[in-house]
Amino acid sequence: MQVARGRARYIGRRLVQAVPTILVIVTINFLLVHLAPGNAADVLAGESGSATPQYMAYLRHQFGLDQPLYVQYLDYLKNVVTLELGYSFREGMAVRDLILQRLGPTLLLMGTTIVLSIGVGMLLGLVAAGRPNSLRDSAISIFALVAYATPLFWVGLMFILLFSIELGWLPTSGMTNIAAFYTGWRKVADVARHLVLPALTLSLFYMALYVRLMRSSMLEQSGMDYVVTARSKGLTERAITWRHVLRNACLPVVTMAGVQVGNLLGGSVVVETVFGWPGIGLLAFRALFARDLNLLLGIFFVAACLVIAVNIIVDVIYSVLDPRIRLR
Amino acid sequence: MTKADVLGFCQRYARNRAALVALGVLVAIVAVAIAGPHLLRQGGPFELAGPPFQPPFGRFALGTDMLGRDELVGLVYGARTSLVIGLAATLFATLLGVLLGGIAGYYGGGADEALMRLTEIFQTIPSFLFAILVVAILSPSIESVIIAIAVVSWPPMARLVRGEFRSLADREFVQACVSMGMSDLRVIALHILPNCLSSIIVTGSLLVATAILTESALSFLGLSDPNVMSWGFMVGAARDFLQRAWWLCAIPGVAILVTVLAINLVGDGLNDALNPRLRHL
Repeated sequence: MQVARGRARYIGRRLVQAVPTILVIVTINFLLVHLAPGNAADVLAGESGSATPQYMAYLRHQFGLDQPLYVQYLDYLKNVVTLELGYSFREGMAVRDLILQRLGPTLLLMGTTIVLSIGVGMLLGLVAAGRPNSLRDSAISIFALVAYATPLFWVGLMFILLFSIELGWLPTSGMTNIAAFYTGWRKVADVARHLVLPALTLSLFYMALYVRLMRSSMLEQSGMDYVVTARSKGLTERAITWRHVLRNACLPVVTMAGVQVGNLLGGSVVVETVFGWPGIGLLAFRALFARDLNLLLGIFFVAACLVIAVNIIVDVIYSVLDPRIRLR
Repeated sequence: MTKADVLGFCQRYARNRAALVALGVLVAIVAVAIAGPHLLRQGGPFELAGPPFQPPFGRFALGTDMLGRDELVGLVYGARTSLVIGLAATLFATLLGVLLGGIAGYYGGGADEALMRLTEIFQTIPSFLFAILVVAILSPSIESVIIAIAVVSWPPMARLVRGEFRSLADREFVQACVSMGMSDLRVIALHILPNCLSSIIVTGSLLVATAILTESALSFLGLSDPNVMSWGFMVGAARDFLQRAWWLCAIPGVAILVTVLAINLVGDGLNDALNPRLRHL
């Protein structure tokens, strides 16, 4: 009960701390639009020349371009904070609804990627650290080194080439088989089949990161005094690794996973584009293609908020793993 | 720095075999980027050199793309683009990181708190999305790509420099300089900065690798200078023809992979050679 109340208070405090971050992001958005060469309405409408006079007038009104700059800023701030992100004429929908509609697939892809990359990454790191400088260790380290240097979009395309085009095992793109109207478990299986390649592609880079981190963290921890104590108590090596070292060695990985959430969202733009996965990343690519900057700004804002939320969740998980950390 | 220092550095570097090989590869890539365009047929990477979709190892060493552009020529010009953007973006990010991290670490107090909070915020922001936004708004050009990558990659450098400056500012030799009445700028430039240069170089070398990866992803999405050939653009353009001519996607990707891998390994080697006291696990 006490713990639960402390945790609730902590989350509340973290939400308050998130306010300056959100302010900075909104300010960046505002500055970007106004620093860009040319009239802000032109910038937002893009260069494709398809903007109607009504749309331009709407943009001028949306951003209050006929007002003094500080009024524009305050108006913009008010709009964004109340999630009034404007209307996308190109997609024919309110920006907020567009983003909310596509949040699900992105969260599914991100969640799968986080679980996969942390799970496999920690496991491989553990195996590599078990016998340092062995053949097993070298093989895992080389895999991590190569995966760490590979561009995501290229891995995705090569996976499509191998698993979809050559072997025909998995679908090339999308989230569901549009032709077949699956329901229930068959629909779940269908989505899962579509999810395999995008999740694998996005995981690879982060897996490499966590393998390296986990390996060095395990090696560092196994030299600590408490390990010597445990050994002199007569505990088996297995018990020492699983009950003492592992728990401590996980902490840097969890911290890093929190830091990487923002990058994961960036990576999902590329991966969703390659696999036609209908999430926020693909929406961002379409906005880019149509030069719909207002939509792009909205996506950026929502993505940043998502990162803040995930970071708070990660910190709470961290406090469960490590009771020494007080929720302050 | 004496001759013995340089020799010791080279010896420590050479002990890392992978880093030695990687250095050779990197030197070759740099040589290709500098000299390559002068050795090739004039006309540039966008010239239509022959019929489209020529497979590799024929009249054209690496074949031609869907418009009949020579794949090898594109690859050579792409090396130049990747290296220039990677180096320039890292240079700007390093300058920014050293400036902000240096002020925060040396002066401490309110400045430190404010600057570190800003750094934290910039680390929270989804950096690739931010880079996309910057390039899209400034319109794609080599300058805007450099600016965008620099703007998203300075925070780790700032954190590193701040940490180094903080620990050095308390050291006796720095205190001695201050009590002698040396100006802050002199203390920083002559006594603190040289002592953390090795860490800055190591972190900087890893930033170059990340910058090249970011540039390739941006140009894959179509956010590259339309007048400059780049590896990411080559993959992105050939994407629709994956089934018909998979090598058009595969080859530039391998070029990116090899370059980034070589830079990472060289960075590891520099770390071993410059910070011999730090055990590299």
